[in-house]
Amino acid sequence: MIEIELALQRGEFALELTLASPARALALFGHSGCGKTTTLLAIAGLLHPQRGRIALDGHVLHDTRAGIDLPPSQRRLGVVFQDARLFPHRSVRDNLRYGMPRRGPTGAFDDVVQLLALSALLKRKPAQLSGGQARRVAIGRALLRQPRALLLDEPLANLHREARAEVLEHLGRLKREFALTTILVSHQFDEVAALADSVARIEDGRLAALEDIGAFRTSGSAPVPPRALLRPLPTR
Amino acid sequence: MNLLTHAETVALALSFKVSLVGVVCSLPVAMACAWLLARTRWLAKPFFEGLLLLPLILPPVVTGYVLLMVFGHHGTIGRLLDAAGLSIAFRWTGAALAAAVMAFPLLVVALRNAFESVDRKLENAAATLGAGPWRIFFGITLPLSVRGLVAGLALAFARAFGEFGATITFVSSIPGQTRTLPIALYELISTPGGENGALRLTLVAVVVALLAGSIAALMLLRGAVHPGGEA
Repeated sequence: MIEIELALQRGEFALELTLASPARALALFGHSGCGKTTTLLAIAGLLHPQRGRIALDGHVLHDTRAGIDLPPSQRRLGVVFQDARLFPHRSVRDNLRYGMPRRGPTGAFDDVVQLLALSALLKRKPAQLSGGQARRVAIGRALLRQPRALLLDEPLANLHREARAEVLEHLGRLKREFALTTILVSHQFDEVAALADSVARIEDGRLAALEDIGAFRTSGSAPVPPRALLRPLPTR
Repeated sequence: MNLLTHAETVALALSFKVSLVGVVCSLPVAMACAWLLARTRWLAKPFFEGLLLLPLILPPVVTGYVLLMVFGHHGTIGRLLDAAGLSIAFRWTGAALAAAVMAFPLLVVALRNAFESVDRKLENAAATLGAGPWRIFFGITLPLSVRGLVAGLALAFARAFGEFGATITFVSSIPGQTRTLPIALYELISTPGGENGALRLTLVAVVVALLAGSIAALMLLRGAVHPGGEA
């Protein structure tokens, strides 16, 4: 169960979001600047809401009223950032191992390396990876954290077609083989249609609709464009 | 054939020892101050920053006199050190303290710039992977600041090596104890017939400074700069 109640002001942008979803894989869908990534960063503990409550599968990560605000290091979430954020001075192997719990299940490293086809990359530095490879390493690193939920921020953004297909295939496998709560931020219809069970459409920092994936697939692909773009041009 | 006389060699070796010990001992404090300046915001920060830069701005003789008042035989801390048998006034350890204090601002400024150039998004990523502040600092921030650290160490070492005013005020000029290269050079200049020795020590000082400056420039030129983060 994903429960999010957020009030967060960043400059002139105000996020006021309340949603609860039993979905295993929830997508936050909307145009750029609508508040999807802000929501994800707040769930990860990297942004602090003025008020709200965030709970994943019963684990309360933030509750302003109860005075709970777990630091990012204690939230046990696997976050895959849009820009991968691999540590440039560490090898792929060391990046993957960075978040591994000391008493994690044996063989987890090998399983993830195999699942994401990373064995040939282990000795490389992040600068020697392609965009798709870096994204796969970031996914592997997040998985090896043994997270209670996986947060994916535009996991296919800025990748060329082949790399998109490659990462999408791995994420699809991940969804089938791991029963892991996943929150996906995206403005891409195909990505959401392939990876989510439920979709929260977000507009201007607010929840516009919460629909299951079937309804999402039939209701059309395009996220609602920013309101500013819909305004008629001024007439002279 | 010896290039330097015995007294000059002793002064040179003492300068190396004093500078090295001074810089190494001040490194942890400089790191902590630089991190505070680079990663925190608080009201009195500009005042704290000004305080850290004081040794760079004040006349060295003032710094030396303050050290004498605090750490000398009659100073507040000096009396305690004397009682514990750890007196530093008029000893090489005092010269190392003077060198450390004078070199401290350069080390802090270089480290602060290095820490600020580390992408905070990487630190945030490390936090989401379960790393606490210490692990993030030693595993991410510091390794990514290594060029700035080396540059800062080189500049601080050169500054400590060339330290004169605060040292002579605080610990005087005792051969083998506190007569460092710059003090020996000053005394050779003041002594009739000391010109050759002065020239030799001048050359040594120039070579050390040039080496340190080149290392710093090399490190800073090749240092990567990363943008800031989201949080």
